[in-house]
Amino acid sequence: MMKRTLDWVDERVDLSGLREFIAHKRVPIHTQEIWYYLGGMTLFLFGVQVVTGILLLLYYRPSATEAYESVQFIVSQVEFGWLIRNMHSWSANLLVGLAFAHFISVFLLKSYRKPRELTWLSGILLLFLMLGFGFSGYLLPWNELSFFATKVGTGIAGSVPLIGKFLLRLLRGGDDVTGATLSRFYAVHVAMLPALATVLVVVHLLLVQRQGMSVPLKLERRVKEGQPLKEMKFFPNYVLRDVLAWYVVLAVLAALAAFYPWELGHKADPFAPVPAGIRPEWYFLAMFHTLKLLPSHILGIEGEHVGVIAFGLLGAFLVMVPFLDRRASRGERSPIFTAIAILGLAYLIVFTIIGRYAN
Amino acid sequence: MSNAMIGRRNSGDDSGRYPDPAGSSSAFDRRLFLDSILSIGFVSTAAAIAYPISRYLVPPATGEPATASAVAGAASALKPNSGVLFKFGSRPAIVVKTIDGEIRAFSAVCTHLDCTVQFKTDTSQLWCACHNGTYDLGGNVVSGPPPRSLERFVVNLRGEPGQEEIVVSRG
Repeated sequence: MMKRTLDWVDERVDLSGLREFIAHKRVPIHTQEIWYYLGGMTLFLFGVQVVTGILLLLYYRPSATEAYESVQFIVSQVEFGWLIRNMHSWSANLLVGLAFAHFISVFLLKSYRKPRELTWLSGILLLFLMLGFGFSGYLLPWNELSFFATKVGTGIAGSVPLIGKFLLRLLRGGDDVTGATLSRFYAVHVAMLPALATVLVVVHLLLVQRQGMSVPLKLERRVKEGQPLKEMKFFPNYVLRDVLAWYVVLAVLAALAAFYPWELGHKADPFAPVPAGIRPEWYFLAMFHTLKLLPSHILGIEGEHVGVIAFGLLGAFLVMVPFLDRRASRGERSPIFTAIAILGLAYLIVFTIIGRYAN
Repeated sequence: MSNAMIGRRNSGDDSGRYPDPAGSSSAFDRRLFLDSILSIGFVSTAAAIAYPISRYLVPPATGEPATASAVAGAASALKPNSGVLFKFGSRPAIVVKTIDGEIRAFSAVCTHLDCTVQFKTDTSQLWCACHNGTYDLGGNVVSGPPPRSLERFVVNLRGEPGQEEIVVSRG
């Protein structure tokens, strides 16, 4: 049946190129091969987000008067609505976590080196987009926590030197966080970001398929010296392993969604005081806490400004890594970049933990 | 999927990694067995995902209680040979006063395709503009496509004489 369908398509659209490609594609086997699965797992969660997100759209209403009630309706009235919403929230968090782990592993393995600079570029932009998804999606249930977190988050954008005021109004759709902000975040979350992310995911995957998997520097050198590279077939061997990893993700996600419902909290009230202990999603905690620690003025410049400029530079640095790390591109060891990655990771972990428990 | 996986055995690639002690015929059985298990697994997963989604797609009963009664305005405001639309719960209804001064109320939802009917002064009929259906002032179909007569409501007047309001309720 399957074969006949394929033959039917094949007769009309020549699939031989694709078939050849799949039949001959090999994936290297080595001690670091475990990291290869992170990208696929992230992709799987992206798929979960697309499906559950579209389903949520069926009942969600993007207005300040109805958003909270519609989410409440989804989780309490619609059959399996609680499951879809919990999956979407949990999957978002796992997705950011896995994307980040993928990013760190690629950084440490120096897989960004020539000729994979474009893969890195599309990947880092995707990581930024995922943070954008998280930030914009957080507001949509229109509850107390998300309302004030958005005030603070857009306020940070407001402290960008020169264009801050403009940026803040652009993000909020006005001077304050109101229903207009909700409409904007909704448009960004369900239309603009998905369109951009889809294009970038396709580019990212095409590059990965086209160039094949990167192998660690040390192994690459040994292969150049004539040692044979151990490989496995992509289909079905590697694909089945990939599917296994997806099953693990699905199991974790389903367990979290079923046993740890994502809180909806209280409806946002612009005239209520900020609830105590307000903090952003965990993946913004390190940044949040850093800004909190900055003194009000550094060398005569406002502390917030310095912080925002520093994060901007950090982002630019991450984008540029493949072009800055010349040694790795020549196939040599580059311990400086390993050190940068480890220091950066340590900073993130420590500040996230402090940010979580500090008052 | 299963064809390709059975096919793999012949590629000879992994023969070193997966020993085949029992000879090719029983190895084929084992492969078939494993393939079936795998397929059952995939199908179960698909079903476990499809079921909640299919249930989710069906909207829940709104939970809105059926409206029992509504006020359709002041009786004195309604002139003979006229009709006014009002909200009966979440759906439109119409209250009419005949030439004789009798007040009647109906659901204003046409029984044909749910359009909203209106009062026609020249013929003293209820008329649906969508497909030209007409009802008399008893709610019965006079002409056009509507399959049933309009639902008729019970009308009561409440309040001081001269200032009564029209209270409409389900029979």
